[in-house]
Amino acid sequence: MMADNRVNFNAHGVWAIYRFEMARALRTVLQSLVTPVITTSLYFVVFGAAIGSRMTEVDGVSYGAFIVPGLVMLALFTQSIFNASFGIFFPKFTGTIYELLSAPISYLEIVLAYVGAAATKSIVLGVIIMLTASLFVPVTIQHPVSMVAFLLLTAVTFSLFGFIIGIWSKGFEQLQFIPMLVVTPLTFLGGAFYSIDMLPSFWRTVTLFNPVVYLIDGFRWSFYGTSDVGVVVSLVATLGFLLACLVVVAWTFATGFRLKD
Amino acid sequence: MASIISIDRLGKTYASGFSALKQVSLDIERGEIFALLGPNGAGKTTLISIVCGIVTASEGSVTVDGFDIGRDYRATRSRIGLVPQELTTDAFETVWATVSFSRGLFGRAPNPAYIEKVLRELSLWDKRNSRLRTLSGGMKRRVMIAKALSHEPDILFLDEPTAGVDVSLRRDMWNLVREMRASGVTIILTTHYIEEAEDMADRIGVINKGELIVVEQTAELMAKMGRKCLTLYLAEPMSSIPGALEDWKLSLNADGYELEYTFDVNDERTGVPSLLRRMSDLGIAFRDLHTRQSSLEEIFVSLVREGS
Repeated sequence: MMADNRVNFNAHGVWAIYRFEMARALRTVLQSLVTPVITTSLYFVVFGAAIGSRMTEVDGVSYGAFIVPGLVMLALFTQSIFNASFGIFFPKFTGTIYELLSAPISYLEIVLAYVGAAATKSIVLGVIIMLTASLFVPVTIQHPVSMVAFLLLTAVTFSLFGFIIGIWSKGFEQLQFIPMLVVTPLTFLGGAFYSIDMLPSFWRTVTLFNPVVYLIDGFRWSFYGTSDVGVVVSLVATLGFLLACLVVVAWTFATGFRLKD
Repeated sequence: MASIISIDRLGKTYASGFSALKQVSLDIERGEIFALLGPNGAGKTTLISIVCGIVTASEGSVTVDGFDIGRDYRATRSRIGLVPQELTTDAFETVWATVSFSRGLFGRAPNPAYIEKVLRELSLWDKRNSRLRTLSGGMKRRVMIAKALSHEPDILFLDEPTAGVDVSLRRDMWNLVREMRASGVTIILTTHYIEEAEDMADRIGVINKGELIVVEQTAELMAKMGRKCLTLYLAEPMSSIPGALEDWKLSLNADGYELEYTFDVNDERTGVPSLLRRMSDLGIAFRDLHTRQSSLEEIFVSLVREGS
């Protein structure tokens, strides 16, 4: 009957949560995978075929191919946030969080499980979108290692960000607020569909304050070798955001904020 | 017997300023069934929630099997199974998946044979592939018990286990509790029914307004609590209590239609038969009569009075 007291990593617990979260995605495979693929295809029909045919090349890349990294990033941002925030918010909403709080599992393990599952799902989605895109336009990956690194880092960072939103949210409205009103606009304005070099110099300067610019730019460099701000700057910005999220998560748990009275 | 849970001057004040627990000290003995008896809002759930790790205490300490609930939370929580009062389950999971999930969450390697045994004991085996939202309330409560037992705990907390539960589940649940006790599991349950505490528990702790008023062996406490109230519904209203009934301390209620007599069931002479005989002699007719155990409130008043 006795549990081993010396065990200081609850691997079964992390695996249980991870599997639970993955099972949730598989139950809603239509919403999780089919919808984003259709959405991406629509972007290609509109931007790639209809508008792109009248656009010149951007930095030597056809417009349709140019928007692929931006589209993947857009999906990574929104799906990572959505999956992780919903994953931790829903047990709070239904009350099943009691079990998580009464389990012999550390905060670090909880974060690892939820963020790991959310990141896994968005990475799978990102890969599917890239494959879908390659049916429409020639997608080349010049720096695969860097591409994978940006994919992983971004998925993990935004899953952490989503986890924070899920913990802080008191209702469904707050859960939607940041993804809809902050992340999506910043992504659209952050060079997902254009090179920021195409902007007038004033707006170009304004855009440099948008953190999403750095995330998309580094990812796009991995594909086509062209960059607006430089890949090192992109990497530092991504790591900086990851660090900021880690600090907030640690602080949130240290105070028991909104999980425990 | 050595104590398995030791609670020392535990206090909880919520952010709102509400003081839910005040300096509660209590030892739970290994292998006993302990009932925490008190009205709604007495602090029962807060006490349980602190021991299980859901609520952080404001002051005091708790050890489980010698381990501190804060510093050694892995050791304490892996020994405890909790069935909360509220029915909260995931809607789309199957019974089998949710119970297996709980076992993993509590750090145990998969053991399908054990999960099967738990589900069979709780009459859930036929429902193992059903999604939780398709289950009735009683079935959901069985699932929550199965989840709490999934990791083979040494200690089981049942928070208001019979609230909104039908007769058959209540019977099954008490059978299960007795079997678990026989296998060495310590059980702590909360209730606001005196009868339930009396039937099940080896010891009873009475809690009210965040204070533990008394902790006693069930038999001893019942002796103290053994006051009953007899109500006689009169055929004709009375304006005052006749002098011939002065020996019994009666009170007249409901515009003279009800006569109330409080007596101690442990007394050799309760005074009930003689009262009824005298009334018959006096020609006072009554339509009906009713006896009830003293209410919790009345017991608290008498216990507090005794204590002071």
